[in-house]
Amino acid sequence: MPQDHTASSPSVLKASTAPRDAAPVVAFRRLSFGYGQRPVIDSVSFEIPPGQVVALMGGSGVGKTTLLRLISGLVVPSQGIVEVFGQPLEPRHQERLYEVRRRLGLLFQFGALFTDLTCFENVAFPIREHTNLSESMLGDLVLLKLECVGLRGAAQLKPSEISGGMARRVALARAIALDPELILYDEPFAGLDPISLGVTANLIRGLNSALGATSIVVTHDVAETFAIADRIFVFAPSPTGAKLAAQGTPDELRVSEDPFVRQFLDGRMDGPVRFHYPAAPLHEAFGLSENR
Amino acid sequence: MAVLTAVAALGQACVKLVQDLGSFALLLLGILRRSAAIWRRPRLIAAQVHFLGNHSLAIIVVAGLFVGLVLGLQGYYTLRRYGSEEALGLLVALALVRELGPVISALLFAGRAGTSLTAEIGLMKAGEQLAALETMAVDPIARVLGPRFYGGLIAVPLLATLFSAVGVLGGWLVGVVLIGVDPGAFWSQMSGGVDFWDDVVNGVIKSLVFGVAVTQIALMQGYGARPTPEGVARATTLTVVVGSLAVLGLDFVLTALMFGEL
Repeated sequence: MPQDHTASSPSVLKASTAPRDAAPVVAFRRLSFGYGQRPVIDSVSFEIPPGQVVALMGGSGVGKTTLLRLISGLVVPSQGIVEVFGQPLEPRHQERLYEVRRRLGLLFQFGALFTDLTCFENVAFPIREHTNLSESMLGDLVLLKLECVGLRGAAQLKPSEISGGMARRVALARAIALDPELILYDEPFAGLDPISLGVTANLIRGLNSALGATSIVVTHDVAETFAIADRIFVFAPSPTGAKLAAQGTPDELRVSEDPFVRQFLDGRMDGPVRFHYPAAPLHEAFGLSENR
Repeated sequence: MAVLTAVAALGQACVKLVQDLGSFALLLLGILRRSAAIWRRPRLIAAQVHFLGNHSLAIIVVAGLFVGLVLGLQGYYTLRRYGSEEALGLLVALALVRELGPVISALLFAGRAGTSLTAEIGLMKAGEQLAALETMAVDPIARVLGPRFYGGLIAVPLLATLFSAVGVLGGWLVGVVLIGVDPGAFWSQMSGGVDFWDDVVNGVIKSLVFGVAVTQIALMQGYGARPTPEGVARATTLTVVVGSLAVLGLDFVLTALMFGEL
């Protein structure tokens, strides 16, 4: 019997405060994207309302991280538009793109910390680049950010001296250093032990409320995501690129009858997503006649 | 059919060469366009001069000394045939200042500092640190590549000057101290025969050009590297190969323009 992965975690508080009809922070309009000849995303359209924790879910390689890279302008759509803060993103116009990026923070899957800098200097980096704060004020701000993620004591350690989970928390402190309005999380739960996992989930929810921000979490961790997300978008693979298979609140998705959503949430081996990668029939591969 | 394949391969190689030259020029223009922003933070450039220059001092000094020693010996054996041993100082100085100093120090720089630049930028790319800079609205060309470019540009002529100076000392050591060439003739021939503008300044111009070429090739290889261990390894190798060939090719062109009759 499949386990119920979607039960709410009591340790995580959920609070959605934004009105549902507010202008979206991010909107995808018939957006398609591919790497060279390989299609990744096929004409998806959806909106992300402000103030919420929104999860983008789907199997590995379905294009979830690509969606984050499209929002931050690291890649350019082959068709369609990405709107961020109500304006179409213009990745080829550096000045306008940087204006948008100053209002968002991105947590990379493996942190992407600067390995030659201490944790303190990593968090201080965006503040030094974009403000003229005095050293004492900057020091206080950095320690506050590190305190938020519980790592004030690790300020003088290098990234190589802390664990992967701690590095991701330092990267989170760096991502929120300039109090962004939009925080993007790329697989924040991947490879974490249960304690770090719970800590990270609570941080995402807590920071979103404290900063009054919008959070977009790319993940395939069902239990933690259902516990903290206000709204979830599920993407399914298809030969022409990923398509939006379902969307809704965690409660709505728990009772979804969509075959892909059921396979994904219940962790079934076979379903709309086949266990076997497409290949020639077995008898052909082994040079046997069809009858044997 | 074989001829067609060969022609197609040649065409592809030409297209690749033009593409690479285009990327080289675009990146160089990108860095030059951001020069004002880069020089607004001279501490970043100073740190790179220290990293690229100071850390190359040992290899430059040792290589310069040995080149000077060999040059002193070979020069003495040749000049003795014509009874012109006194011209040893002039020969050593001209060979070092015009050619060997700029060329060998640039080749050593490509191997020592160029590879480290490529590996550093390539690993930053593989570790998504460059992408992280982008998402923080920090331009990686201005913040990462620019200071390294100007650091290399400053470090290479300084290293070449040091190489030549130590090489002259090596030549003096062999010629004057060990063999017994007249020290007065050694130094006076040198000071009388080496022209500041024609020899020293041209040598410095050469090393500046080599500095631009080697540093820019190292940065371009790192910035364009595939973000995998194989990609970074290949880019590092290409830095040495392409950088060294560029130095030797440019040396011929510059020598022809500066000293030749072509």
